[in-house]
Amino acid sequence: MQSYEFGLYVFMLAAFLGFELVKRVSPLLHTPLMSLSNAISAIAVVGGILVTGDKDATELTRWLGFTAVVCASLNVVAGYLITDRMLKMFRKREPEKK
Amino acid sequence: MIENVLPAIYLLASVGFIMAVKWMNNPATARRGVIIGEIGMLLAVIGTLLRVESNFAMIFIGIGIGAAIGAPLAYLMPMTAVPQLTALSHAFGALASALIGTAEFYLRAPHGFSMAALSLETLLGYLTTTASIIAFAKLQELMPTRPLTYPGQNFVSLGVLVAAIIVGVMMVAGTPAPWMFPAFTGLSLLFGILLVIPIGGADMPTVIALLNSYAGVAAAAMGFVLDNKLLIIAGALNGSAGLILSIIMCKAMNRSFTNVLFGAFGQLQTAVAGKTVQRPVRSATPDEAAAILDSARSVIVIPGYGMAVAQAQHKIRELYDALTKRGIDVKFAIHPVAGRMPGHMNVLLAEADIPYDKLLEMDEINGDFPNTDVALVIGANDVVNPLARTDKTSPIYGTPILDADRARTVMVIKRSMSPGFAGIDNELYYMNNTLMLFGDAKNFVSGIVKELAGSH
Repeated sequence: MQSYEFGLYVFMLAAFLGFELVKRVSPLLHTPLMSLSNAISAIAVVGGILVTGDKDATELTRWLGFTAVVCASLNVVAGYLITDRMLKMFRKREPEKK
Repeated sequence: MIENVLPAIYLLASVGFIMAVKWMNNPATARRGVIIGEIGMLLAVIGTLLRVESNFAMIFIGIGIGAAIGAPLAYLMPMTAVPQLTALSHAFGALASALIGTAEFYLRAPHGFSMAALSLETLLGYLTTTASIIAFAKLQELMPTRPLTYPGQNFVSLGVLVAAIIVGVMMVAGTPAPWMFPAFTGLSLLFGILLVIPIGGADMPTVIALLNSYAGVAAAAMGFVLDNKLLIIAGALNGSAGLILSIIMCKAMNRSFTNVLFGAFGQLQTAVAGKTVQRPVRSATPDEAAAILDSARSVIVIPGYGMAVAQAQHKIRELYDALTKRGIDVKFAIHPVAGRMPGHMNVLLAEADIPYDKLLEMDEINGDFPNTDVALVIGANDVVNPLARTDKTSPIYGTPILDADRARTVMVIKRSMSPGFAGIDNELYYMNNTLMLFGDAKNFVSGIVKELAGSH
């Protein structure tokens, strides 16, 4: 089996899994869900690292890769931190006064 | 050695991402989900660094700069700015994908399937970048939030997209000429701008969800270019998350999905010039409103974008406290498209410390309205318009609404009688059991709270 064919199967299965999982997310958490999934898709940072660190990299591709690393890691950090910051606010009952 | 370990590391990272999304289904496990997502990301980055052969300094500086900007952004942004921040981070994510696609193009000159995936990656990447920047500008009100339209708009937008696709196909089919890739980039960037310009503020929830999906698909396409299954999985998860959210938003606005998928072509953009017949409404002052609330046993609050604009959520929390202390049952009815992004109202009310089990979605709460003494509408408009149920000629006919009109008394806090986003009059305001409370949401609620405190 060709590598891309294999990849298409992976994509299809992951997309269906995503549908099933996200359908179960309560509307309460749609905003944090979006920031979390955005942080996950910042996995593009992997691509950025590979392009920047490629030993055949030209000046142009290295700087493109570098910019991509900056953008993606910004997203990783901001995405996870803001998701956590939002989730911290969701409380079920009145917080017990200490 | 590392070539053998790396697949295992990537596999673990994929499991982390899947668990992260899974645990988001419940507020009780959601924070655990964030942690496992972070671990997955850390594994992926460390694994990748082990594979890299050169240029470490540049990579670490890049990560450092990104983290140095990202961390304060996440901590300092006020919660009301979350829609803007989300739009901005879609722009960054998509730009990263697009730039990597560009670099790969010049580095390896791929062909065949890889080139097709690369074209998709850069097309979606660049168009999502500019589209998200426009969405950001609209949400931040750097640009007018109303739809900007001109004659022949759909024709121009579609033309640009078709031109981009033609150049893309030419690059896949043969050896790309030097002008092709820059032209492809330019057309993609331009299409992103044209895509969002005609979209108004109230449609932003759908658009943001859709751009989220595009950014995910761009990352997955990158996975095909780099032959990296982790990227494919993470991108597919994000792509389907965004797609589902936008489908939910579409349903909540009674729009067809294909309509929004291709940039709201042909949506109703001509606001119906509302019949400007003056009809009598009944209005009330804060102390009258306070007296009615005081004698109620059950209250449902319906927040809308107006609450976010007035930053009234903390005052509403005080009202919630004052009423629950009197033994009055207070719940919140959240319409799926209230606000500027999916779940926007929930985040604001949670920030104000209102327990999340009091925040109910439309289907859960609509049956409760007939048994409710007071429905208090704060800054919402089209989502409580009963015309959506009754008037077949109305542009919002068929839109699922919150049945506020079925409560015994309806009170609407509103600045003036001006119509909402859909540009149509709201029948709710003229009903016999409706009281209009004219004023700024924050000041008015604060007036009610003061009155309630005084009467005790």
